[in-house]
Amino acid sequence: MNEIIQFLSDNMTMIYLVVFTIFLGFEIISKVPTVLHTPLMSGSNAISGVVLIGAILLIRTTPKDHTITMIIATLGIVLGTINVVGGFAVTARMLEMFNRKKRK
Amino acid sequence: MQIYFELFPLIGAVLLIMGLRNLSHPKTAVKGNSQAAIGIAIGILVAIFYPLETTDNNYLFIVIGIITGSVIGYIAAKKVAMTAMPEMVSLFNGLGGLSAAFISLVWLFNHHTIGDFKNMAIVLLNLFLGFVAFLGSMVAYGKLSGKLKDRYTKIPFATILNLIILFIAIVAIIYFGVQGKLTLNELILFSVISLIYGYTFVAPIGGADMPVVISLLNSLTGITAAISGIMTDNKLMLLGGILVGSSGIILTLLMCNAMNRYLWSVIFGSFSSSAKAKEQAIEGNVKTITPADLAIQLAYSQKVAFIPGYGMAVAQAQKVVKEMEDLLEEKGVEVKYCIHPVAGRMPGHMNVLLAEADVSYDKLLDLDESNEYLKQVDVAIVIGANDVVNPAAKEDPNSKIYGMPILDVTKSKQVVVLKRSMNPGYAGIQNPLFFKDNTKMLFGDAKESLLEILTELKEADL
Repeated sequence: MNEIIQFLSDNMTMIYLVVFTIFLGFEIISKVPTVLHTPLMSGSNAISGVVLIGAILLIRTTPKDHTITMIIATLGIVLGTINVVGGFAVTARMLEMFNRKKRK
Repeated sequence: MQIYFELFPLIGAVLLIMGLRNLSHPKTAVKGNSQAAIGIAIGILVAIFYPLETTDNNYLFIVIGIITGSVIGYIAAKKVAMTAMPEMVSLFNGLGGLSAAFISLVWLFNHHTIGDFKNMAIVLLNLFLGFVAFLGSMVAYGKLSGKLKDRYTKIPFATILNLIILFIAIVAIIYFGVQGKLTLNELILFSVISLIYGYTFVAPIGGADMPVVISLLNSLTGITAAISGIMTDNKLMLLGGILVGSSGIILTLLMCNAMNRYLWSVIFGSFSSSAKAKEQAIEGNVKTITPADLAIQLAYSQKVAFIPGYGMAVAQAQKVVKEMEDLLEEKGVEVKYCIHPVAGRMPGHMNVLLAEADVSYDKLLDLDESNEYLKQVDVAIVIGANDVVNPAAKEDPNSKIYGMPILDVTKSKQVVVLKRSMNPGYAGIQNPLFFKDNTKMLFGDAKESLLEILTELKEADL
């Protein structure tokens, strides 16, 4: 129990940030037309590719002679990049279609 | 110098928030996508150059990894057909989840001897969620692309089994968290349990509910990104991840709303479990119509409605549909599209496809507008849609989709259903619509049938 209270008091700023961001996320999405559901899901999926940042930070402190760890870390970067790059590119392609028609 | 490395991620975070906000409005969506992408790019650059206490930065591996991932991701995104978009999102999401799981593994291998409750528990939670998001998304991908059929993925007592596995996972996280360490064998066992849960969580859920599941798993990947942010003490990851997590939950609920389903009943699979009572037996005759007859009927109509569904996507018929719309408008026939919120495999799927074929935005009617319009329609053409026009949702309390709002095509004077065969739709439910008095069937590939009608329309010159 003490550990949990300690954890909370150590991370108060973090907890504020988490709570506010949760509400921010709710607010941003609450009014979105059906047309945009698929692109929005795709776009937010690309954003969840921020895990790539974690993969980069971790591989930088990984000792090179740990072969298995290095392989997993590099794979983590590859997968995270696919998520980010592919996600944004697919979203852009979907949205392009709405746009092309508007210019007419 | 240090201060710049703190400020740039803040700019990135603001860009992410603005990006997501702009993505949810039709006019600013393109801008929003770019903003979010720039926000992430800033975060990545900072992560590469952030001063860390390390002897070797392994930059070679980072560069190789990013180039490989970019090439694969870019090619996959450019090559995928518009119809396969939902599967692609699911696939990307799964890879993101696996990436998060790998981050946890690397963290454990790097810190395998030290650790306290907070860290170990968080890392294991991340590992669990990452693996669940990964395998869950893969199963969803398999179901959406038709590679994995519902009947092969039934699991007996799925709900109880899932609760047991979930309980074991939570106990394990707390146990190892208190211990502060775990052996390699324990780690492997924990990973296997996580992967099993990823499978048993999604597998029993019916294919028709996959859009909701993908949205939920997307939200889950966001949460893993946020936890990875806590692990590596990176605020941009934390913020981005939570944004995706919370907005994903809202999006999931919006989708459930559109289908008139409760989230818990999707997850606990009442859709896929066999219905308690027998569905009403359907009796009656099926009438067919020839393309030539339909062409004549269309030419003499005043108002025509197209009701697109997944069949249109599969047949890639959207461009032919648009061509037919032009031809009919030339002849003075009013044409509108009735779009069910969950037509296709994902909300907005049909809108994307029709936009690809240059169909004007104001011709697309939403559910309420459609049902109003259908009352005045002379001919309603159902193009590869099935469950969203199934009157059983209104008439048969024993039907699995009872209560789901539908496009009530039977209100129009004449319904023509373009369909490959009499097989039931994606949800595996019989459709009494095909047996109604004012319904006629035109069997065959949607695109070919439409082309035949188009030729007849041109030749008839009515």
